[in-house]
Amino acid sequence: MSAMLAAEGLTKNFGAVTAAADITLSFDADTVASLIGANGAGKTTFLNMVTGYLKPDSGRILFGGRNIVGLDPRQVTKLGISRSFQIPQLFSSLSVRDNLLIAESVAAASDPRSAANAALARFGLEPYASRLAGSLSEGIRKLLDVAMALSSRSKLLLLDEPTSGVSADEKFGIMDVVMGAARDAGVRVIFVEHDMDIVARFAGRVVAFYEGGIIGDGPPQTVLRMKDVRRYVIGEEAPHAQA
Amino acid sequence: MRAVAGTVVALVMLGGLSYSAPQWLVFMAMLVLAKGIVVLGLLVLMRTGLVSFGQGLYFGIGAYAAALLSHHWYIGDAAAMLLAGALAAGLTASILGLLLAGYRDIFFAMLSLAFSMILYGMLVKSAALGSTDGFNLHARAFLGFVLAPDAERRVFLFAGGVCVVVGSLLVHTLMAGHWGRLATAIRDNELRVSYLGASPYRVVYLNYLIAGGLAGFGGALAALAVGHVDPETAYWTTSGEFVFIAILGGTQSILVPYVAAAFFEALRTIASQYAPNVWQMSLGVAMLAIIMFLPAGLWSLAQRRRRSA
Repeated sequence: MSAMLAAEGLTKNFGAVTAAADITLSFDADTVASLIGANGAGKTTFLNMVTGYLKPDSGRILFGGRNIVGLDPRQVTKLGISRSFQIPQLFSSLSVRDNLLIAESVAAASDPRSAANAALARFGLEPYASRLAGSLSEGIRKLLDVAMALSSRSKLLLLDEPTSGVSADEKFGIMDVVMGAARDAGVRVIFVEHDMDIVARFAGRVVAFYEGGIIGDGPPQTVLRMKDVRRYVIGEEAPHAQA
Repeated sequence: MRAVAGTVVALVMLGGLSYSAPQWLVFMAMLVLAKGIVVLGLLVLMRTGLVSFGQGLYFGIGAYAAALLSHHWYIGDAAAMLLAGALAAGLTASILGLLLAGYRDIFFAMLSLAFSMILYGMLVKSAALGSTDGFNLHARAFLGFVLAPDAERRVFLFAGGVCVVVGSLLVHTLMAGHWGRLATAIRDNELRVSYLGASPYRVVYLNYLIAGGLAGFGGALAALAVGHVDPETAYWTTSGEFVFIAILGGTQSILVPYVAAAFFEALRTIASQYAPNVWQMSLGVAMLAIIMFLPAGLWSLAQRRRRSA
């Protein structure tokens, strides 16, 4: 069995709201997985539990066979799970290059300066290297956010809505860059996404969340056609996944 | 290269002042260095986005540690006093820092203020330490060399000044590299720092420790200059003065705290001489003017000149 990340019986309630209802899932190292679902379905809660930001009420999360429940975000990151955010989390008063330099220095790269330069090149951020992170457009901020997450020690990269807030014509370009960089670095990717065209194009497996549970799990062409998924996740009218 | 040039200039100035300045100027210079190094510590904290309104705590601890050495244990060596001041303050910071490093913003500022006022209260109530009057200290030697009475302060100024230069260079080196960037990163976005795998708590803790140790050294140096300590050293107005000087100067260079402290001491001396009843108001007006016209501090004047040149 080659599960790199596995959740067993994960439960999380916020008062009367169930954000995770006994979720059991495992992700192997070979397939890019996408988590879909309407707002409040539990996707980001799942990411937050995996990265130690939230502690599940019960259940286990195994990363490389080790239970990581109870570790804080810093410890989880050190094990090799990194993440990007729906709203990019940057160091706004520092330059793009310094943002990456900090990421690589913290990740204890042997030569942080050239690692940061490599990241600049890989993500096409060189023209922005000396701009302040706070002054960038949303698309570039998203790229920088992912570039920082994908530092030299990541093994698994979790992306929370990598294309939200980005203009429609930029979306595919950004995903191409991100997925290409992750592939080159040998890093596995799980991403949360609302845009079904992006999901159909980049994911090898789709997990559909609804009210804290999972209502569909499989290859995109199957899951995106399931009745419940179309009803609760996509919304009835749009048969997106005709591809 | 600029650091080397700055160091040489600073050392030459120190040598000149120590050798030939009148006693009143030697005294002023010691106070300026003492306050400057406390403010340098504040700037280190400010890099992480934290302002301490309680550096008087460490200033007071440093001053009393130095004074106690001479008064209670009859050790009159200034080197031992300076070391004792820095160590006592550093030790206290290493304990209080465990708690304070978990707080941010106004909570950090107020907690640090609270601790300094606890020390103030203890000193005021302590008859053995002279209560509100404090007590005198006298340093007669440096590193075992007994000094002639009129040379004492000159030697202390030079030796203390060399320590200040070395300390400032160490801080500069630390803050110019990864550590300084990480501190700024914490000010900008702590969540991201954690998610990169670094500990904001640890960075804040160590910066707090540095600030505490520097303030303790400054307190001991001030005690050597004045020859007397009293609870005022730990009072909130003293802490406020450090914040005042920090804002006055700005945060752009490690030279700033010393320039700003000199400006502050000069301003206060002049104000209390020519307008003894309203000298605090004069300081307040100066502060208002700085905030309105030079929001980045006095140092922005130097930068403006460099840009237009």
